[in-house]
Amino acid sequence: MAKGVWIVAEVRDGAYRKVSYEIASAARKLADELGDEVCAVLCGSGIEGKAAELGKYGVDKVYVADNAALDPYTTDAHAAAVAKIVKEKDPAILLMAASVQGKDLSARLVGKLATGLATDCTGLKIEGGKLIAVRPMYAGKCFGEVAFEATPAMATLRPNVFPIVENAKAGAVEKYDPALDAGQLKTKVAEVAKDTSGKIELTEANIIVSGGRGMKGPENYNILEDLAKVLGAAVGASRAAVDAGWRPVTDQVGQTGKTVSPNLYIACGISGAIQHLAGMSSSKFIVAINKDPEAPIFQRADYGIVDDLFKVVPEVTAAAKKILA
Amino acid sequence: MNIIACVKQVPDTETLIKVKPDGSGIVEDGIKWVMNPYDEFGVEEALKLKEKLGGDVTIVSVGPARTMETIRTALAMGAEKGVHIDDPSLNGADAYTTAQALAAVIKTLPHDIIFCGQRAIDGDVGQVGSVLAELLGIPSVTLALKLEIAGTAVKAQKAIEGAMMTIETSLPCVITTQKGLNEPRYASLPGIMKAKKKPVDVKNAAAIGVAAAAKAKVAKTVPPPARAPGKILQGDDPALKAQELVKLLREEAKVI
Ligand SMILES: Cc1cc2nc3c(=O)[nH]c(=O)nc-3n(C[C@H](O)[C@H](O)[C@@H](O)COP(=O)(O)OP(=O)(O)OC[C@H]3O[C@@H](n4cnc5c(N)ncnc54)[C@H](O)[C@@H]3O)c2cc1C
Ligand SMILES: Cc1cc2nc3c(=O)[nH]c(=O)nc-3n(C[C@H](O)[C@H](O)[C@H](O)COP(=O)(O)OP(=O)(O)OC[C@H]3O[C@@H](n4cnc5c(N)ncnc54)[C@H](O)[C@@H]3O)c2cc1C
Repeated sequence: MAKGVWIVAEVRDGAYRKVSYEIASAARKLADELGDEVCAVLCGSGIEGKAAELGKYGVDKVYVADNAALDPYTTDAHAAAVAKIVKEKDPAILLMAASVQGKDLSARLVGKLATGLATDCTGLKIEGGKLIAVRPMYAGKCFGEVAFEATPAMATLRPNVFPIVENAKAGAVEKYDPALDAGQLKTKVAEVAKDTSGKIELTEANIIVSGGRGMKGPENYNILEDLAKVLGAAVGASRAAVDAGWRPVTDQVGQTGKTVSPNLYIACGISGAIQHLAGMSSSKFIVAINKDPEAPIFQRADYGIVDDLFKVVPEVTAAAKKILA
Repeated sequence: MNIIACVKQVPDTETLIKVKPDGSGIVEDGIKWVMNPYDEFGVEEALKLKEKLGGDVTIVSVGPARTMETIRTALAMGAEKGVHIDDPSLNGADAYTTAQALAAVIKTLPHDIIFCGQRAIDGDVGQVGSVLAELLGIPSVTLALKLEIAGTAVKAQKAIEGAMMTIETSLPCVITTQKGLNEPRYASLPGIMKAKKKPVDVKNAAAIGVAAAAKAKVAKTVPPPARAPGKILQGDDPALKAQELVKLLREEAKVI
């Protein structure tokens, strides 16, 4: 019988991505309820030394595939490596990050393992000894509770939603041979061009300052950037701002952009269209600055200021600077 | 070049979604159905490739009778022919089953490249393209923002967190589309007229040899959690409101 709660840890450039600790913590919680073990799969090159660290977040055992073909990430190498150990050990539950990599990997694993996957989950629970994964659907207009008819029951977890909990366990390390067949690896990474502007990635930011059509033009985003600098925030945009060519497409938040879940989302000159809300409504706190009191964004905001953003935002920056100095 | 574009019919994004009182799904009355926006990028990229390299574009879709409209839209944009898989057992099927049905059809067609949307905006599951590639035993590149084909060599660019990644692979493969890949064309009036006469094969699950067996199912649909009403900061002085906001963020929300 399938047993155990497993995760796939995500590393980039030799370091864990924060979401790996979030999924480890979430897995621990489920495993404690089930009276089971948490195991992690760690794939990469030269990463064996990092494996035991996962013990700190409740992982009992880490299976490590250390192989040059596993760095940088490619879909076929990682899917083959994870599928091999999962097929051998037969876990009941397998959790991954709803990151670019985690979504790509998990979907390919659905095919390899002939199982079910709930994408981008914001909640997990156990009912009758089985996983129920809670996820937003129809752009967050409703939520679905997904049940599974096959194992492992797979879910990807939205970054920044599940709390990181330190809960020291053994973190025992066991190496395994991913048995990669070079002839079957058909994709390769030709280049990774890092954004060197020092920009904080939207999906990883704790705070996002976002601007829409109300910003009036690309030249005005400096007031958002000033605020972002003081708060250590990333700067996002609505589709209206992206379509106008004011901001790059990678900055777009929403249904056809990025899904973000920061602790604080400050929407400036954004009306709050349903497609925009789809990408940010799981933020923990939402602030709206908009001159139209009827703007739908105010229905979602925890704090709202009805006023001209060009007057308010610089004052917020000044006040934040004072308090954070 | 044998090009395939998978399209799904979804509720228009403006649609008001109402959960059925018994939590068994959503109320479908009055929904306006459209082509999944990401699939428009897939159809557009397929047509651009055809225009550059020759060949034809086949549209494949799984869905109830109304899905035919969406297939015709893709044909009106310029695709040559369609396959419509219509079977009650596949309505609301999970991603694995849907990919199985698509794979069963695509296996019988010559295919050099297959386009899927990165996700369908109803279920937002984002799996079908990758599962399909796995079932066909071919590589997949998800979230493509840029695509170049030379002979059988494929080069695609995608955005990952904080970087742009260039991936190389080879045909045949599955590409899933991301916003930014292209600007989808509109169907022209002559295109719409011509589409009416283009061939669409309609098949049921038995004809393609797929028996639906769900691996995942939405057991219950619930409305989003109610959110406590927010606080609108009062006053005429932007500076005072800004100071109050910062204070609240610091002391009440504790997020800065
Ligand atoms: C509200 C809701 C929630 C759901 N939750 C889950 C879940 O958690 N897990 C799960 O396994 N299934 C789930 N399903 C079922 C699943 O979404 C589908 O119905 C299934 O068709 C594939 O998923 P998708 O359409 O979301 O595809 P995605 O994987 O998001 O779609 C990606 C692309 O695949 C292609 N494609 C997808 N479906 C079709 C189709 N019918 N015909 C042609 N091409 C297609 C399109 O190119 C599309 O852009 C859910 C369905 C709904 C309506
Ligand atoms: C299929 C589809 C997908 C979509 N995907 C997305 C998506 O991913 N992301 C997204 O954002 N949108 C998306 N949209 C578009 C969405 O419907 C809206 O059009 C868009 O979000 C509007 O952007 P906005 O709020 O910046 O602009 P508007 O709606 O024009 O709002 C501008 C706001 O600025 C305020 N304002 C103006 N001047 C000032 C000032 N001086 N001070 C204060 N406030 C001011 C106005 O009161 C107004 O509320 C999508 C639409 C469709 C159909």
